[in-house]
Amino acid sequence: MKAIFGYPKSLQSRTTHYCPGCTHGVIHRLVAESIDELGLRERTVAVAPVGCSVLAYNYFNCDSFEASHGRAPAVATGAKRCRPDLIVFTYQGDGDLASIGMAEIVHAANRGEKITVIFVNNAIYGMTGGQMAPTTLPGQVTSTSPFGRDTELAGWPIRVAELLATLRGKAYIARVAAHTPLLTIKAKAAIRRAFDLQRRDECFTFVEVLSTCPTNWGMTPNEATEWLERNMMPYYRLGVLKEPGDFVPYSVERG
Amino acid sequence: MAKVLMKGNEAIGEAAIRAGCRNFFGYPITPQSEVPEYLSRRFPEVGGTYVQAESEVAAINMLYGGAGVGKRVLTTSSSPGISLMSEGISYIAACELPVVLVNIVRGGPGLGGILPAQSDYHQATRGIGHGDFRLLVLAPASVQEAVNLIYEAFDLADRYRNPVLILGDGMIGQMMEPVEFPPMRPLDSLPEKPWAATGMKDRPQNVINSLYLNEHELNAHNFKLKAKYDQVAREQVRFETWRCDGDLDVLVVAFGTMARIVKTALADFNAAGGRGGVFRPITLWPYPHEQLRETARRAKKVLVIEMNTGQMIDDVRMALGPDREVGFFGRTGGVVPTPDDVLAAIGEVTGKGAAR
Amino acid sequence: MQTEVIMAGFGGQGVITAGYLLAQAALAEEREVTWLPSYGPEMRGGTANCTVVVGDEPIGSPLVSAPKVAVVMNRPSLEKFAPKLKPGGLLVVDSCLIPIRSDRTDIREFRIRADDLAVSAGSRKGANLAMLGALLGILPLVSRETAEKIIGKHFAKKPQFIESNLQAFLLGFEQAKAGKSDE
Repeated sequence: MKAIFGYPKSLQSRTTHYCPGCTHGVIHRLVAESIDELGLRERTVAVAPVGCSVLAYNYFNCDSFEASHGRAPAVATGAKRCRPDLIVFTYQGDGDLASIGMAEIVHAANRGEKITVIFVNNAIYGMTGGQMAPTTLPGQVTSTSPFGRDTELAGWPIRVAELLATLRGKAYIARVAAHTPLLTIKAKAAIRRAFDLQRRDECFTFVEVLSTCPTNWGMTPNEATEWLERNMMPYYRLGVLKEPGDFVPYSVERG
Repeated sequence: MAKVLMKGNEAIGEAAIRAGCRNFFGYPITPQSEVPEYLSRRFPEVGGTYVQAESEVAAINMLYGGAGVGKRVLTTSSSPGISLMSEGISYIAACELPVVLVNIVRGGPGLGGILPAQSDYHQATRGIGHGDFRLLVLAPASVQEAVNLIYEAFDLADRYRNPVLILGDGMIGQMMEPVEFPPMRPLDSLPEKPWAATGMKDRPQNVINSLYLNEHELNAHNFKLKAKYDQVAREQVRFETWRCDGDLDVLVVAFGTMARIVKTALADFNAAGGRGGVFRPITLWPYPHEQLRETARRAKKVLVIEMNTGQMIDDVRMALGPDREVGFFGRTGGVVPTPDDVLAAIGEVTGKGAAR
Repeated sequence: MQTEVIMAGFGGQGVITAGYLLAQAALAEEREVTWLPSYGPEMRGGTANCTVVVGDEPIGSPLVSAPKVAVVMNRPSLEKFAPKLKPGGLLVVDSCLIPIRSDRTDIREFRIRADDLAVSAGSRKGANLAMLGALLGILPLVSRETAEKIIGKHFAKKPQFIESNLQAFLLGFEQAKAGKSDE
């Protein structure tokens, strides 16, 4: 008998602490399947953030770091520069990456660090209990924007993928979602492509995954999925924002 | 190998290379910028990698990543930059990662100045980050000693799996002195690091982590660290005594470059009939409390001289107890006490002047 | 026995280099030596100086409050360092650039038209070496031969400057050795 479905080797066989309806578990699996399929597990190092996925090293079945808040891209830079033969990825949420860690992600991207960044954007601080994030939508109610995000006071949500795509260097930058089967298949393709590009020592790779947070949004999982479709997807457009092939050499740019 | 004349900052960079360090992560700040400048041009010759971080915060976390995959890594900075690194240093100590840090101290607090100072003594030996941890802190007094201590610091860091801090000042960084370098360490002679995150093959997962959500586990971890610090304190206390034989009119306690200035002043004091010696701690942590207590027994007066308002004096008081009077002389902010200033301070505590 | 030398002037006059060459020459003669530059904002356009201490015993303070020698190439440096000299000390002055004299009577002031000597040697840029030559002509901290060897080595990558620099050094050295102080 042939097994056609099973647990990825790159995931540890244990129950996660994630809330029902949260897509972290799905995204973990997509990352683990990609690593397995590319045969990278034995030389992969994960860098976990501070946030809901702080315990990611308990779920990924590979050597890991737990980084301080926002600094995962710097930790990954240190690891990759010291051991370029390793496959290094960070797994970060929106508070970690887009707020406290904005300098680290922008500069790691700008240096063209050959790492993979999985950026899970659920428009809220999950672990600390539902505070406003840099990616919280206008009018979205959170525990620190009880009347809805006021863009006059708190600015506009940051589109990180678009922001990084403006940088001059070679990169793969995509935004995906993982709340429907079709979107999950597309998300998997993007994540796998990111790891494959790293395997080929090609460029900085970044995949933003839109995610739900039923607990802190105060919704059922189904409502959360609908809310994501209706509110997040129009603001955070899915798609590939930058391909390594888009890179224009400096000599060409100058004519 | 013949001696060469070299600036302290550049010599620090070369000593790190000799010790097998091929990865530097740092951010420019006066008065240490010659270290990254030197390494950025020297590393290509020896197959090393220089990364200019976007901030000291990023630099220390790059060190965390580099040490975590098992490589000898270095960063150098100066006072405000070290403050920015303090969170990362706490993580590194908690994860028991071997790294070497250099602080070429400038005058503080705040933006302060850029001239030599010793005002980061408390930070280095007591409060460099949150939580219960210690750094080994080594204070060189010459370029040669800085080279020797950097070279050894990498071994100490590996041996104890702990960060080691070299505490210098602007004078150590900027001064040129003749220096002889130790031999180049073959990279294949460096210690194995089976705990490093280098990819799982046929072994259990390695995780570089300082998160302990179970309070009993964290308590146990902290006492495991404590046992290690106790071992370091037993094994690594270092100090120099200078003209400390016999009975003394005055024992001056000073560290780093300040001790050199004191020696110049005491040479004059002794030539004029006084009897003065210097006790110079080389390890600021662990501090040579017992050795100082022994040496001070033979001195009528004890005088602490620092380029701050009185920080190491706490350790001296701890060593000598509450009954012993301890004099203090200090200058801050880049005002380096001259031999004349020191002589005047010695004259004040001993009642013996010595004109220069 | 130790000698402290402060070399001071405007940034760009080469006082840091002159001090460095003296330190290199001292090392070549296996003496103890330290070289400490001024650093930071004062390097940016203002005056620059360095302190060289040469001795036979390990050197204590690399920082000197009362030097035995000051070699000055601009007026602010004379005003700053002449009062600090030890009694019996030596002040070497580029008299092309510094119209005033020190009012000290307990030191030796040696005045030399270093800029003119350097121009006659082929390049005004060699004035710092004329000053170094003058210092060594009076006070043989290192031998002339060692100094010349070090100068040759220092400019090895710019051979077009070797001759004019050595010539400037020699003119300064010989005038000082002969004890001919300018007005």
